Amino acid sequence: MNMMSEAAVEKALDKKMNDISYKMIGKDVSVYYGDKRALYDVNLNVRQNTVTALIGPSGCGKSTFLRTLNRMNDTIEGCRVTGRITLDTDDIYDPNIDVVELRARVGMVFQKPNPFPKSIYENVAYGPRIHGLAKAKADMDAIVESSLQKAGLWNEVKDRLLEGGTGLSGGQQQRLCIARAVAVSPEVILMDEPCSALDPIATAKVEELIHELRANFTIVIVTHSMQQAARVSQRTAMFHLGNLVEENDTDKMFTNPDDQRTQDYIMGRFG
Amino acid sequence: MSQVSTSPTTAALGAASKPERRDIGLRGRYAAERRFRLYGMAAIAFGLIFLFLLLFSVVSKGYTAFQQSMITIPVEFSEQIIDKDNERATNPQKLVSANYPVVARNALAKVLGVGEDDRAGLRAVNGMISDSVRTQLRDLVTANPSIIGTTQTVTFLAHGDLDSAFKGQIDLAVPENNRKISDKQIGWMNQLAESGALSKHFNTGIFLNGASSRPEAAGVAVAAVGSLYMMLIVLVLALPIGVAASIYLEEFAPKNRFTDLIEVNINNLAAVPSIVYGLLGLAVFVNFAGFPRSASLVGGLVLTLMTLPTIIIATRSALKAVPPSIRSAALGLGASKMQTVFHHVLPLAMPGILTGTIIGLAHALGETAPLLLIGMVAFVADIPSTPLEPATALPVQIYMWANEAERAFVERTSGAIILLLVFLILMNVGAILLRRRFERRW
Repeated sequence: MNMMSEAAVEKALDKKMNDISYKMIGKDVSVYYGDKRALYDVNLNVRQNTVTALIGPSGCGKSTFLRTLNRMNDTIEGCRVTGRITLDTDDIYDPNIDVVELRARVGMVFQKPNPFPKSIYENVAYGPRIHGLAKAKADMDAIVESSLQKAGLWNEVKDRLLEGGTGLSGGQQQRLCIARAVAVSPEVILMDEPCSALDPIATAKVEELIHELRANFTIVIVTHSMQQAARVSQRTAMFHLGNLVEENDTDKMFTNPDDQRTQDYIMGRFG
Repeated sequence: MSQVSTSPTTAALGAASKPERRDIGLRGRYAAERRFRLYGMAAIAFGLIFLFLLLFSVVSKGYTAFQQSMITIPVEFSEQIIDKDNERATNPQKLVSANYPVVARNALAKVLGVGEDDRAGLRAVNGMISDSVRTQLRDLVTANPSIIGTTQTVTFLAHGDLDSAFKGQIDLAVPENNRKISDKQIGWMNQLAESGALSKHFNTGIFLNGASSRPEAAGVAVAAVGSLYMMLIVLVLALPIGVAASIYLEEFAPKNRFTDLIEVNINNLAAVPSIVYGLLGLAVFVNFAGFPRSASLVGGLVLTLMTLPTIIIATRSALKAVPPSIRSAALGLGASKMQTVFHHVLPLAMPGILTGTIIGLAHALGETAPLLLIGMVAFVADIPSTPLEPATALPVQIYMWANEAERAFVERTSGAIILLLVFLILMNVGAILLRRRFERRW
């Protein structure tokens, strides 16, 4: 990777994107919380090695849609999902699909940094350990190091791997959570407003990181910040009142959207 | 604009008129806060005063229970009294049934210079010696029959009444006929004390002896062992059952009418009077299951039932207090529900669970009523070697001693209360230490 110039990498990735291979396909996805319907027949495809941003006003269903992608909604009492979501060719709501295996393939980073109250090392090693990804201690050390490096945290924490993960700053904690998600080698990483609890400098670091992670992972990110969506994503989907309003290339979305509501939201007329 | 007219100097200087300060009730708010602090301090002072009163009253009455008056005199193991016809070789029972109290009485009478034909005097001398001297001298002689015919210096227990008098607990202003100890005995007591034959020793008997009708020989050993067995049974049964039930209810069970009903019932069970558990234990464990009465096994089972709701409620609230973000984090990494609970939620809830458990255990340690119903209020002199043998419990021992008439039992009651409080304090210290240990987990 280091051999190639930045521009060449961008070009290669864009070419890959233009081939349009869909990593996840959502078809007629509806979500109900008890009697309340939160999503209305959403059809949204997630492209391989692409950052897809989900935007929209609060309560529009973007986080709900994100959580259907690794079935985190299963943990919510009374939540029901209809429609069909596939990861590559597997229907993830198929009764034969194991939710544990699905979440090993589709990782998640949450709004608030939530490291385990254990050491930094243990935080990163936990996922590989429960999935049996490393047999020897040396293998585990390698996974921990490469994950922390991918999350851009290695240089900051390499001398204190055995100290508590909760002792880090907010931005470091969030990058630790990203390293933890990366350590399982998922195919897709879901991020639910990963920067909303961070200051601008930490946010910039995480955004840079998302940009780099795109080379190896498919990323879906929910964000409230238009600028962030514009900066990190290649595709943007706009939700409103449980409906998918528009999904398009980010550039087009922010300059010349097809839908009036997208235009209004981006201009700050509602939301 | 009245301000301008009332303060012409400001206006004259041309300064921007300062807005009039609004009364936002600051004085009232601070006064309210001061009042509230005062109430709080008064409440704490009130509580502390009563705590000190309780401790002072118990300790001042009870500390003497850890001292015991003992008489140390030369005792002649007269062959004439113990084995007059020299038949100990053929009849071993002879040494067991010999009249040892007379041996001790004669020894003391000799020290005090009471003649062998002064029957009233001898009776009074006998009243100064504990009956327990019988078993003490018997054990000496049967262990080593060769001491018969010799004179040995022996230390034995003074009678409970003499013990009380020596500790100054008997009011000598009361007419002699209404006291348990006569003026003559008081005189002898002083004489013995001066010569050093009568002195106070640390009372090991209160820790090592079982029940006795003689206060000077009574101890809490049976009660302490019984309480220990029961605490172990409660810990072994209630902790795993309670924690398993809480984890299932809190993390796995579907939230529906049925689990709501169970929750309400558990909360109600925690409020059921303990004597009801005693009746339940009597009906189920003793009458139906046929476990022996007065056994610490039954007591432990009853206390387990009583402690379970406390542990379940404490554990559930400890589990609830674990932030949901930790669960999401583990589930999001692909941990199964059980891995999430056992790797992350339970360790974080552990301090709360342990505190709840130890509070439940301390509650069970001090419980008396249910044990009365299953027959643990009994005269048990032998230390139980298994939980199936009859035993009593510390609070029951206190209850029984409080009902005794002798003055010497009053101090023993307080002494037993001190021991019970010491156990409770130790358990609480243990809880705090465990908490600290588990809270600093990395």
